[in-house]
Amino acid sequence: MIPIHEVPGSALPGPAAIETSGLSKRYGKVSALTDCTVSVPEGRICALIGPNGAGKTTLLRLLAGLSRPTAGQVTVNGTTPRQDPAFLADIGFLAQDIPLYRRLSAEDHICIGAHLNPRWDAESVRERLTGLKIPLDRAVGKLSGGQRAQVALSLTLAKQPRLLLLDEPVAALDPLARRNFLGLLADAVAVGGLTVVLSSHLVADLERVCDHLIMLASSRVQLCGDIEDLLAEHQILTGPRKDTTAIERSHRVVQITRTPRQTTLLVWLNGPVVDPVFEASDVSLEELVLGYMGQDAEPALAQLTTVGEEQ
Amino acid sequence: MISFRVDGHSVVPPYLQIVQQVRQALRMGVLDVGDQLPTVREVVSATAINPNTVLKAYRDLEREGLVEARAGHGTFVRRRPPGPPPGTHTRLGRGLARWVREARDAGLDDDSIESLLRVTLRAAAEEEEIA
Repeated sequence: MIPIHEVPGSALPGPAAIETSGLSKRYGKVSALTDCTVSVPEGRICALIGPNGAGKTTLLRLLAGLSRPTAGQVTVNGTTPRQDPAFLADIGFLAQDIPLYRRLSAEDHICIGAHLNPRWDAESVRERLTGLKIPLDRAVGKLSGGQRAQVALSLTLAKQPRLLLLDEPVAALDPLARRNFLGLLADAVAVGGLTVVLSSHLVADLERVCDHLIMLASSRVQLCGDIEDLLAEHQILTGPRKDTTAIERSHRVVQITRTPRQTTLLVWLNGPVVDPVFEASDVSLEELVLGYMGQDAEPALAQLTTVGEEQ
Repeated sequence: MISFRVDGHSVVPPYLQIVQQVRQALRMGVLDVGDQLPTVREVVSATAINPNTVLKAYRDLEREGLVEARAGHGTFVRRRPPGPPPGTHTRLGRGLARWVREARDAGLDDDSIESLLRVTLRAAAEEEEIA
């Protein structure tokens, strides 16, 4: 066994596991995903964040080859997602409702998986579940929600996928089960050869474990990139209530909050801030995501009002 | 073997929390030359942080010369950070604890104690500059 921290250059962004360009998906008149261009390097744990209905599940399904795009390109592990065994062998997809046969045990699932998958590491599931003290012979319907999630993840990992797609995997779990689930996931990534995309509507769920971010709102990409880079490129400026056109000219203002005395701006930096009356401070991932969501909330609300008026 | 605590709400980034905890353990004598650090897998399983975060922390410590990665074995402590020998902190900490009790008895709250400490540190720094 070679410990991962001795792999040379493992921090460098490798080739992309996921590349999309102008990717769109329409269901009739409804646009579920619009002009989505994102890239996720191999070996990353990518958070897919956005409010409900933003297009997260649509993107995951396109990446897994479960649906076809209306327009644009998508490349996963170097090829176009499709329903064929060679492509699907490299994809692990765990849907929101944790699809397990409730009357069957973990061991039964391990046997079924061995029949259905070309490379199946049955021993890894037994090792992981035994390590987590989850009984292999009990019907999974009788396990706790957290344990069922661990069983489902371990089974998905036994497939030895190169890309793992998880749709809201921790939403239903209590904090301890959530920590254990994400620990198991981080361990699988540390072993190497695996890229993960996991969706959530809460950034706090995923902040520790993720190093890459895709943020969607109203079917469009708002942010995509390395989390550390994104945080370094944004700042919060706080100052007196005054004209902010100078700042808006040289930086991209994501969000402005004004009180009678104070102006707070979330800006995407384009060089250093020179205005001395504004105090610059670092931004947290949660502030960043909320800022971009707030930016989008206004047009969405306006649309709702229009619909109401028509009625 | 030590274990790490990573506070997601801290303003200190997670990789730096690990670096600081290793340095602290070395200063306090909890870790010694030749001791092994937990493997990346052990850290991420226990804390659910990103593996690259641990790698970054270990690389920083390696660049500082405090630890070394041995192929196929793991990461080991090479030397202690410069500074007083372990035990010094514990001894001074006991003295400080006595002083804090005295300050509390005199009616100082935590804020007052902290600002007094800051003022004293600043005064000491200025004195050193003059000398």
